[in-house]
Amino acid sequence: MIIFQNISKTYQIGGEEVHALSHANIHIRPEEFVSIIGPSGSGKSTMMTIMGCLDTPDEGQYILDGQPIEHYTESDLARIRNRKIGFIFQSFHLIGNMSAEENVELPLIYQKLSARERKERVKESLNKVGLYKRRSHKPSQLSGGQQQRVAIARAMASEPSLYLADEPTGNLDSNTGYQIMSLFHELHEQGNTIVLITHDESVASQAERSIRMKDGYAKEVAV
Amino acid sequence: MIAQSLKMALKSILSNKLRSFLTMLGIIIGVVSLVVLVSLVNGATGSITDSINALGNDMLNATISDDHNHPVKLSELSEFTEDDMFEYIAPSTASNVAASSTYAEETVQITGTTAAYMDIHGLKLQQGRFLMKPDLDNHSNVAVINADLATDVMGRNDVVGESIKLDGKKFLIVGVLEEDDSSSGAMTGNTYTALIPYTSLIRLSENVNLNVTSFCISVNGNDMDAAEDRLETMLLERFEQDEDAFSIFNQSAIAEAMDSVTGTLALLLGGIAGISLLVGGIGIMNIMLVSVTERTREIGIRKAVGAGRGTIMMQFLIEALVISMLGCLIGITVSWITIERINIVGDVNYSLSSKVVLLSITFSVGIGVLFGIYPANKAAKKNPIEALRYN
Repeated sequence: MIIFQNISKTYQIGGEEVHALSHANIHIRPEEFVSIIGPSGSGKSTMMTIMGCLDTPDEGQYILDGQPIEHYTESDLARIRNRKIGFIFQSFHLIGNMSAEENVELPLIYQKLSARERKERVKESLNKVGLYKRRSHKPSQLSGGQQQRVAIARAMASEPSLYLADEPTGNLDSNTGYQIMSLFHELHEQGNTIVLITHDESVASQAERSIRMKDGYAKEVAV
Repeated sequence: MIAQSLKMALKSILSNKLRSFLTMLGIIIGVVSLVVLVSLVNGATGSITDSINALGNDMLNATISDDHNHPVKLSELSEFTEDDMFEYIAPSTASNVAASSTYAEETVQITGTTAAYMDIHGLKLQQGRFLMKPDLDNHSNVAVINADLATDVMGRNDVVGESIKLDGKKFLIVGVLEEDDSSSGAMTGNTYTALIPYTSLIRLSENVNLNVTSFCISVNGNDMDAAEDRLETMLLERFEQDEDAFSIFNQSAIAEAMDSVTGTLALLLGGIAGISLLVGGIGIMNIMLVSVTERTREIGIRKAVGAGRGTIMMQFLIEALVISMLGCLIGITVSWITIERINIVGDVNYSLSSKVVLLSITFSVGIGVLFGIYPANKAAKKNPIEALRYN
């Protein structure tokens, strides 16, 4: 469950104040598949950083999983990201000198799981995205779609309460984009909460519900 | 967690072998110079100290220049050893004369003395006997010669029973001293020595008479300074409190002076080596800063998937530590090989001192931490959002 209550965030860019979010109110129920859509500069990315606990709001309250995220230190936020958030980025963000397997293992190391449990979870999630055979490949030896599938496997391995995808198909051709989207549908059917941020209407419309962003305001639209 | 960080550190060091090696080189050179220089100084100190000890470090030498009409007669020498502090006493008046045989001729230092001289100087005989009381009583022309004199002037070692000409007078060789492998002979500047009865020297030399002007005395126990004071008091009493009438020469004082000189030398060379280690540390810091900037995106990713500040900090700090420790280990190995090589070539036996090895390890750890902490902190403080956007 995700609740944004009157969340505002202001950045200082070149001495000028930019209201990236102003009094945003959002409510996302567990097991929901929600898309957040809006043009660039509409505050989508800021929404994602706050939702993903990469940043804290200036005003308002953010409740994740029934837990208000406020007055947290940086390491508390890191722990929440580690256990509750599964990030999927537009440019995949895999670590280049590590194999697919090691990339998927990374959040589990930070969860301080035992080596055996890590190995099991890595195998399971790479199998789910169909890339276990390529587990020892480096990201540079994988195609864009495969890299994104590794990134999804990395998110899955940590068993998060929220999958947060930021333009996951933005760097992919439509065919591979379709494959990635079907993975998200699968995750949704398995009962996961997914928030997908995009500017692409056709991608956004695949979600159960869309939230439209404009100039830092959030507006819910039924699909 | 530390094992994981170690694995990551090794991985990142191995993924950039040349750069890591060049960074380590600074530490390697620092450690090698530290360990080798200090070990060499220690080895040299050891060998010098050995030579000084070989001269007899429980012995005092006294020279009398003005007897104030109270000369120390040969027969009076034993008065000094009545004091419990002293054990043996023997005159040690030396003179340089020509020694010759049918085989060769050399200048030798002949010392006129008594039987006690052997115990005071801790001399060992290769063959024959030392000077004895009858030799003194009879003013016999007998001599105990050292091994160098035997081989170089007599032509061989087993010369007991033969005669050698000292200043033109025939002396019967009654004993040959063992070869002295310390460099004491070289230090006193005379490799040829012959010991003859003091009474015989009186006959040989015009300047020598029954009034002893130079003697050596061995000390009971270890307190050389107290013994020196005691001897000084005794001589002052005898020579009307005239401090200039005599001089006392304490071997252990030289040893102490030598120790302080070599100690300073070790400190100086160690300091210079320490500076090169410091420069190596700056190299580590430099490369770690570059590495942190290069891996900004990696840091962002790690933070996004849940690495906290401490974890990132630990990772980079361990990386810096691994570089400095590896450099240190390689440096110690290289030093060990170098010292072994030097030992093969030279005759002084140098050894890797465990103290210096420990010191260099401590130093390397310190440098790894000191110069790793700033880059590591810089990495840990990075804002994950900006780090993820970094290209």
